[in-house]
Amino acid sequence: MEIINLEVDFLVVGGGTAGCMAAVKAKQKSPDSSVLVLEKANIRRSGAIAMGMDGVNTAVIPGNSTPEQYVREITIANDGILDQSAVHKTGLLGFDVIQELEEWGVKFQKDNEGKYDLKQVHRVGKYVLPMPEGKDLKKILSRQVKRNKIKVINRVMATRVLTQNGRAIGITGLDVRSGEMYVIKSKAILLCTGACGRLGLPASGYLYGTYENPTNAGDGYSMAYQAGAKLSNIECFQINPLIKDYNGPACAYVASPFGAYTANASGNRFISCDYWSGQMMLEVWRELNSGQGPVHLKMYHLDESTISEIETILFDNERPSRERFHAGRGENYRRDGVEMNISEIGLCSGHSASGVQVDEFMRTSIPGLYAAGDMANVPHNYMIGAFVSGRVAAEHAMDYIKDIDHGDVDSDFVNTEKERLLAPLNNPNGIPHTQVEYKLRRFVNDYLQPPKSPKNMKIGLEKFIDYKNVIDELGARDPHELMRCMEIHFIRDCAEMAAKASLYRTESRWGLYHYRLDFPNRNDEEWMCNTIIKKSLDNNEMTIFKEDLKPYLFDVNLNEEKYDVSVA
Amino acid sequence: MALTSNRVDVPVIVDESKCLDKCKACIEVCPLDVLAKNPDTGKAYMKYDECWFCLPCEKECPVGAITVQIPFLLR
Repeated sequence: MEIINLEVDFLVVGGGTAGCMAAVKAKQKSPDSSVLVLEKANIRRSGAIAMGMDGVNTAVIPGNSTPEQYVREITIANDGILDQSAVHKTGLLGFDVIQELEEWGVKFQKDNEGKYDLKQVHRVGKYVLPMPEGKDLKKILSRQVKRNKIKVINRVMATRVLTQNGRAIGITGLDVRSGEMYVIKSKAILLCTGACGRLGLPASGYLYGTYENPTNAGDGYSMAYQAGAKLSNIECFQINPLIKDYNGPACAYVASPFGAYTANASGNRFISCDYWSGQMMLEVWRELNSGQGPVHLKMYHLDESTISEIETILFDNERPSRERFHAGRGENYRRDGVEMNISEIGLCSGHSASGVQVDEFMRTSIPGLYAAGDMANVPHNYMIGAFVSGRVAAEHAMDYIKDIDHGDVDSDFVNTEKERLLAPLNNPNGIPHTQVEYKLRRFVNDYLQPPKSPKNMKIGLEKFIDYKNVIDELGARDPHELMRCMEIHFIRDCAEMAAKASLYRTESRWGLYHYRLDFPNRNDEEWMCNTIIKKSLDNNEMTIFKEDLKPYLFDVNLNEEKYDVSVA
Repeated sequence: MALTSNRVDVPVIVDESKCLDKCKACIEVCPLDVLAKNPDTGKAYMKYDECWFCLPCEKECPVGAITVQIPFLLR
């Protein structure tokens, strides 16, 4: 296995939404610095928005809402557990991002008077801004990366963060086509590798039929953990109301402003708000378990022109294959509800609130290591939050690197990593990654899918720890299969963290995301705090502990403002 | 360990009569990196059944040689 050594000033790991923006902002702030984007796929079509996006969900537009109102809304929706200063950044800088995207050629929906055509999906404010022509968003972003002459290396997957005396100094990586190993030194590193989308197994049983782009296997969660960074509130899973058997949302965000709504088998409403909160998911779960299922997105009461307009948006953007999915089943929105189901679990702060712990500058607990986008714990951050967090991280990092030199790479660490990468290749007739991954993720479903039971979670935790031995039996016949094998390490780390954190928080919070059958109520006295997972540097054991929330910027009375979306 | 080859209905279908020998557009844009050229024919094919049915391969093919089906298990 050849080793390629590189040295840059600022390394962006993951060329998706946050990463492309971060690279552009870093280069703009410090044109003489070397900036490198490392991408496991190809930045032209990678990450969560590979096929575009039909709207933004966290648009704080002056005249419509204020950053303070937005922070209050998310504070209540996330049951009080957040660092308001980080969420505030999304509110403060989101409008800047929208204006800049417009300069780059992204079109947002405007009304007859030329004002942004905001829609209400959240419980109180209007933060959803449709982007009906958003299908080329990723191409537009990658064009900006090119225009700013930023170096990009595609098809290299980062595998570990290199540290020296507790500071991040680089990464190791794998070229997923040639099989070469990379050792890249960098003064600062931004991890923005997306969600852990391959944690639970979709009901279809197809490993890659996940809600999140399946390239996002929790790489950054695992790499940050292994480097000794703090991760927070991993028990707050991502669970989404998707089209049954398909990996996309039924999409009340797009359709409800047109008059569609989520209904039970009788065609009646049972939730008052379609915003994706854990509380909403709990209502869906209750409805499905009360004999009132299946639930569906109801559009068949709307007129022809409205349905056509909804179809145009949904069939062109984000999940364009949904048109052929429905066609294959003979379904038509004019006649049929869109049958929905509860998705597999994942970890994703873009939608819920679990990830690598960051402050308002997107610094992790390790100097020189930043996190942004879906993997950074800034609750409910969505795409605008990914842009903002990428920008904030890059601008802070370019100041941080001014006064520091490159670190020294520990050759023992690199050799150990090389052995870890070589193991499956040296065992080409070992167990194929597909089978090893299937079983691991089936255990995730069996033992962690909410509602959560204590004994189940304990069995799950033991199985995930034991699974290290199964991973040793993996076999890979080429670099591509090796990539999948190394991703299973990421998934296993995330599964162990998910079990550990879910057992630790002995209350229920965030609706279905952390609904414990043995502790069904929220307990603010004991649990209005972060749970932090961190690798012990003494014995490499996974540790978990409570940490106080940072003081709020804005007072919110969570006892009076309960987030209840059930229709009484 | 004994290995076997199972037949699988794959999502990405390539019309070999249209696929251009020197073109790699689909291979380059696939997020999962599941497409490759058949060295014997020079045509693209689905080498690994790991598809997100996200469609960049189909959209970026300059000659319309690719059709993506919903994977059988979801169809």
